Formats: sequence, C-alpha cells, structure tokens
Amino acid sequence: MLNKILVTIFLLPSALAYSQGMDLLDDDIPELAKDYTSATFKTNRVVNGHSIETVAKKEFDFKISHRFGFLSTGVYELFGLDGATMRIGGDYGITDNLNVGLGRSTVDKTYDGFVKYKFLKQSKGVKNMPVTVAWISHMGITTLKWPQHQRENFFSSRLHYTHQLLIARKLTEGLSIQLSPTITHLNLIDSTKYNNDIISLGIGVRQKLTDRTSVNLEYFYVLPDQMDSDKTNALSIGFDVETGGHVFQLFFTNSSGPFEKSFITDTRAKWLDGNVRFGFNIARVFNF
Amino acid sequence: MKKITILIVALLAVGLVAFTNHSGGIYKTNTGNINFYSHTSVEDITADNHKVKTAFDASSGKLQFSVLIKDFEFPKALMQEHFNENYMSSTKYPKSTFSGTIENMEAINLAQNGTYTSPVSGNLTMKDVTKEVSTIATFTVTDGVVNAKASFNVNPEDYNIDIPKVVSKKISREIKVSIDADYMHTH
Repeated sequence: MLNKILVTIFLLPSALAYSQGMDLLDDDIPELAKDYTSATFKTNRVVNGHSIETVAKKEFDFKISHRFGFLSTGVYELFGLDGATMRIGGDYGITDNLNVGLGRSTVDKTYDGFVKYKFLKQSKGVKNMPVTVAWISHMGITTLKWPQHQRENFFSSRLHYTHQLLIARKLTEGLSIQLSPTITHLNLIDSTKYNNDIISLGIGVRQKLTDRTSVNLEYFYVLPDQMDSDKTNALSIGFDVETGGHVFQLFFTNSSGPFEKSFITDTRAKWLDGNVRFGFNIARVFNF
Repeated sequence: MKKITILIVALLAVGLVAFTNHSGGIYKTNTGNINFYSHTSVEDITADNHKVKTAFDASSGKLQFSVLIKDFEFPKALMQEHFNENYMSSTKYPKSTFSGTIENMEAINLAQNGTYTSPVSGNLTMKDVTKEVSTIATFTVTDGVVNAKASFNVNPEDYNIDIPKVVSKKISREIKVSIDADYMHTH
C-alpha cells in the first residue's frame, strides 16, 4: 500500500513535467495594463447630440446632416422629403482626446463651433474606471437678417452657447448609455420672464444589432418652467450603419435643427401629432 | 524496507531527470513582434503587435505563442477600432494562441552562433477556431539570443472572421502574418 502511494507521489512530477498545454508561458491572466473600452458609440453623435466618442489625432470627420420636413405633410410633400434643412461641418482631432469642430446650418443661417475634451476613459484591469467623461462647449452665431429693423439690434444677440458634461458607460458589448447634463445660454430670449440659461438633461442609449449596425435613442429633457409652454423636448430614434470609413445615421426626430441650441431649446413639434422628421447624418473620416 | 528506499531513490531520479531533461532550457520573450499585412489593389492594411509572448523548449522543440488581439496597432485609429470591434470581437475573444513544434530542433545548435532553418507546424487558434498552420522558420543564434523569423498566410474566413460585401475588395483573403522574436534563455 505504502509502495503504491510512494510510487504515485514520485511519478507525479515526471508526469507533470511531460504534460502538454500552455505550460511554457505563464499565461493565465491576460495582461493589458490599460484595457480601455472602445466604441461605446459608433460615432461622435448619438443622433443630434454629441456622444463621448472623439475623432483620433490628425483625423477629420466630415459630416453632413440632413433632415426633411414633417412626415405629417403627407403625399403632397412626399412625407416631408420636398423640404430639407442641413448642416455641413466637421470634427477634427487635435489629440485623441481633444477635438474641435465647425459647422454651418441652414436653420437660422447658424455657424457653430465647439471644443470637446475627453478627460476620463472607461477602463478595466490595472486601472478601473466605470465611465467615460467628456466636456463639450459649443458656440453658435445666428446670421439671419434682423426681423425688426426699427429697434436697435446688437451683434451679441446673435450668440448662443451650450455646455455639456457627457458621461457614458458601455454596459455590455451591445448596450451603452450616456447622460448629458446640459446648460444652454441664450443672449437673446423670447421674454423677460425666462432666464437666459436653460438647463436640460440629455439621455442617450445605444444598442448594437450586429457588429456594424445599432439602434440609438436620444432624449433631451428640459427642466420645467424655463421656456414657452408650446415648446417640447426633443426625442430621436436613430439607426447607425457603419461601412468601413463611413457611418450613416438614419433617424426620426421631432427636433428642428441639427445644432444644440436648436434641438434643445427650439423644438415645438410633437411626436403624437405626427410631426416627426426623417433625417440622416453621413460621416466620413479622413486622415492627415 | 531497503527495496522501498531503492524504489524511492529510483523514482526521484526519474522525476529529476524529467525536469532537468530540459537541459537546453526554455527560451522566451514577452516582446516578440507579429505583423500582418493585407494587400489588395484597393488598399494595403498592416498592423503590428510588439507585445507577443512566446517561448520554446530547446530540448523538445515545443513552441508556443500567446497574443492579445487588442495589442495590435494600426496606423489609423478607426481601423484599429473596427479590427477589434467588428472583425475580431476582441472583448469576447481577447487572445490568439499557437501551440506547435520546431520539428528540426536537434539541428539547431543554440550554443553556436549561426543561422538555422526548421519546419514549424502546429495549431493556431483565433476566435475559438483552431486550424493547423505550418511554415519554415529561420533561427539566428547570436551569443545565446535566438532570433526567430517566420511568415505564413491565413485566410480570415477560416477563422470565422466575417468580411461584409462593401469592404470585400479592401481585405485580402491571404493575409500575410510575419513573426520576428528575440528569445532569451530563462532556465
């Protein structure tokens, strides 16, 4: 009996030494010091608003955003396709985390620019960070001719600003969420009973359908009693398709314009009235 | 009792021999290089991984590789994202491994500087698919450091890597994988 035990004990090392498998490499734990989460969203817009994604250093993301008229206009206007507004612009990566962008929209003949900085990145492993956080500040200049020539108009009245903190987490491979506390400052407001600052909260959700397609939801909730009661919150549902260097975003929205001040503070159309527009964004990344 | 003692000594000896049999020792590195190159008339795509873990056993010729997919670096950030996100699903399949044999190990004299070649074959695993690959590798011994170079072609479709029609012409079905690693003697 003792013999058998001894035989087993002493044969064991020899048997182990000859066993097969990944035994040359001490390779049990994947060692990726900084395992940053990538592709929380397909592109740097959820639908209308910015996502936490940034364009990489020295890359230029050329964007064209179209939105048509209301679906409720019926066959005569081909469900809104006869009329379109658009924004043409682009995002540029000064670094992987610092982006700047410019754009020009037909809505109110508005030029807009922004600076975006991503200062926290979701990661696991050695560094554990639950969320990705970015700051973005937009400025817009409306260049419409003044509707009222009889009064004194100031250039400053053309300006509006939006500042957002973008906080996102990729929950699973397919599902990502983003919260965007937002403050919009209007130099010129409709009525003195309102404040120049409008506070809102953006909510974005991305669910991947396949490796290259996803459904996105975006809602901007404007805190009550800050705007005229005929204004409403912007709700958009989008479908992202990515094909190599291009991302196409097809969406339905009740919002009016493609820049922050417009879709957060100027949305009047209501989904329940069928006042929904079809639109699409085309993004193409160029390298320099 | 004497018999038992003899038996113990004998078995200990076998055990020891089994361990020390690796007298050639293990040669390894954590900073090997793997490059892949996809050539088509539309676009050339290339990426490098400089953090390849690999080791071989100088006595048996057993050779192993372990590679983190996320460590592949592309010249374009977007390509790297698409590679991880859309092609390799690197969160789900973080690693690729190779386990094989340097078939002509005995012909390689690790004590003498020089250049040797040997067929290498084994199993390459990517995205949970394992296929056999084989190639001829070149081993250059320089003062105890063993540089190994080899290349072979893989077809992405063999490893469950789906290529959509729109980019079909940009991605080769014969991707050249090149390996360049400097192995150091460990024990």
